Amino acid sequence: MREDSDVFLMGEDIAEMGGSMGVTQGLLDEFGPERVRNTPISEAGIVGAGIGAAMQGMRPVVEIMYEDFLTLSAEQIVNQAAKHRYMSGGQLKVPLTIRTQGGAGWSPGAQHAQQLEAWFVHIPGLKVVFPSTPTDVRGLLWTAIHDDNPVLVFEHRLLYPVKEEVPDELEPIPFGQARTVREGEDVTVIATGPMVHRSVEAAVEAEKNGVSVEIVDPRSLQPLDEEALVASVKKTNRCVVTHEAVTRMGFGAEVASVIQYQAFDWLDAPIERVGAKFAPLAFAPVMEQFIVPNSEDVLAAIYRTVGRDGN
Amino acid sequence: MAQVVPAERDLRRVIGDGDAVPDGEVEGLTEHDLLELHRSLVLLRTYDERSVVYHRQGRIGTYAIFWNHEAMQAGSVYALEDEDWIFPSYRESAIGLLRGMPARTILQWWRGHPSGWWNPADYNVASICVPIATHVPHAAGLAWGKKLRGETAVAIAYFGDGATSEGSFHEGANFAAVTGAPVVLFCNNNQWAISTPLSAQTRADALVDKAVGYGIPGIRVDGGDVLAVYEATREAVARARTGGGPTLIEAVTYRAAPHATADDPSAYIDPERVEEERKNECVGRYERYLRRLGVLDEAAAEQVRAEAAELMRTGIAEAEAEPPADVALVFEHAHVDPLPAFEDDLRELRGG
Ligand SMILES: Cc1ncc(C[n+]2csc(CCOP(=O)(O)OP(=O)(O)O)c2C)c(N)n1
Ligand SMILES: [Mg+2]
Repeated sequence: MREDSDVFLMGEDIAEMGGSMGVTQGLLDEFGPERVRNTPISEAGIVGAGIGAAMQGMRPVVEIMYEDFLTLSAEQIVNQAAKHRYMSGGQLKVPLTIRTQGGAGWSPGAQHAQQLEAWFVHIPGLKVVFPSTPTDVRGLLWTAIHDDNPVLVFEHRLLYPVKEEVPDELEPIPFGQARTVREGEDVTVIATGPMVHRSVEAAVEAEKNGVSVEIVDPRSLQPLDEEALVASVKKTNRCVVTHEAVTRMGFGAEVASVIQYQAFDWLDAPIERVGAKFAPLAFAPVMEQFIVPNSEDVLAAIYRTVGRDGN
Repeated sequence: MAQVVPAERDLRRVIGDGDAVPDGEVEGLTEHDLLELHRSLVLLRTYDERSVVYHRQGRIGTYAIFWNHEAMQAGSVYALEDEDWIFPSYRESAIGLLRGMPARTILQWWRGHPSGWWNPADYNVASICVPIATHVPHAAGLAWGKKLRGETAVAIAYFGDGATSEGSFHEGANFAAVTGAPVVLFCNNNQWAISTPLSAQTRADALVDKAVGYGIPGIRVDGGDVLAVYEATREAVARARTGGGPTLIEAVTYRAAPHATADDPSAYIDPERVEEERKNECVGRYERYLRRLGVLDEAAAEQVRAEAAELMRTGIAEAEAEPPADVALVFEHAHVDPLPAFEDDLRELRGG
């Protein structure tokens, strides 16, 4: 925002309050109310107006308070933002960034914790990223804002407290570049968002039992760094795919398909998928814990892949 | 008709200030009615204040405080028949108390226990809607359905000032108008939507003006005045029941508490205004009115409070005594007939 006056923010309660998760705190003071704008509670309007501003060259960053409420702006995202370039014969650009957050683990129930990124990776015309660390958020958000396509940036509520040293100089992270979180020999875990951290816990545990786990975070889901994922599986010969979203019909199925098609002859075990049970998220903590995947679920899947070929 | 005290911008008021502004009265309300309204107010206030304490004690989860919103809820529900349907938002979470719903049930909702999910048809109180304004079309549709079936019931939907910015509000209101649905659209204008003031939500002079655009009657009422709210809702309900279609009620009040227990309003609120509003909160205001009328004495008021406190003590004790949720319900409740896709997960649950 300091470098480019075309970048501005809008969303519900992002100004004085700094957003419901405090992400935009302090920005109102620095950039003023025209560039850090509280909007009416109008999710279709927020994205729609963002599209309009983007069409004439601005680089809006809009926030949808909970990703569950992307549903209210779905027409604008799916039929409008994603299609404008195509339906202008490739002449129009919509350099719009849509930030949103979600995720379970704090018992918010069925309408405030869903992980809906798989809906949007399915739409040609959109790009989708899901950072899991502060460095990745910074680098990917930079790329999203400068990208000439509409980009959805998914943040996970439980990852806001994650702390790490970030480099002084901002390093943009290109889309379509996975990050190897941890190197290993026996099995590759392809994980997104909070599952990256839960997989690291599982890997530490597996290590104690002599199973060496490699973890790869695709970071950008659309485009997807197929090459990196396939290369890792060709090295380890086993694969677990994990996300917090519902397993069935999910993003992990696409990843599994990519792996089996490109690395079929290298696989020593069926690809395991770890995600949420096929149930609406529950308010009750015991129920939520049952539905949402944790590090033990990842660990069990790791053991299944190595157990099956007799290791 | 009420003796409505003239006020700025057609804001209907009945209760005076005990000084320059004289008290009015609502035609047809007996002393019994006046005391029933008082009981409702105290019940809601007690529920709310105890809930904030329970939250601090870690006995319920994040809770949407409705302190100083009681007059809107008690006054409007009193104008309904039991057959009429209520569509609450999170701000009206305890409105079922006024229909005989046990405190235990609502407390379980806030505790995240599945027994907090009541059957709407048992009380004609729909499930609490947390996504903003998305229940407005439901109320319109339910009311229209009642009309199509030749039934006499009406519906009322509660939503906030911020909700009027949502497409669902607009579509629901317009749909109700076009179908002539017997529904009351009740806007709790507490002038805040979390940190966003009404002035950033709309440029309309008054939210009630939106009624003009839908071609339906609008009533603007003092939301801190339980009698004025009752009277306004009674008028709207009578119109709906006799084929006159929907009414938009804008009840003007002020959010004198945080948005919810998780909210820290210090970054945006005006503390002096809040202090001032708290002094004029709706329960005390009504009690002073009843005393001026000579209808309420302190002993009677004390007894009503004691009964409400006892109801809450019982409610939380019953809620906490319930066994933890049966996890299998997440599958059983998702579809009428569980999908084959659940089988694997159920097997895992049963340890098979
Ligand atoms: C569709 C949708 N968008 C955003 C939110 C987040 N949210 C919860 S409460 C709220 C403010 C609502 O304000 P208002 O309608 O005035 O009702 P009040 O809380 O004041 O009773 C917002 C934006 C939501 N729950 N649903
Ligand atoms: Mg409000």
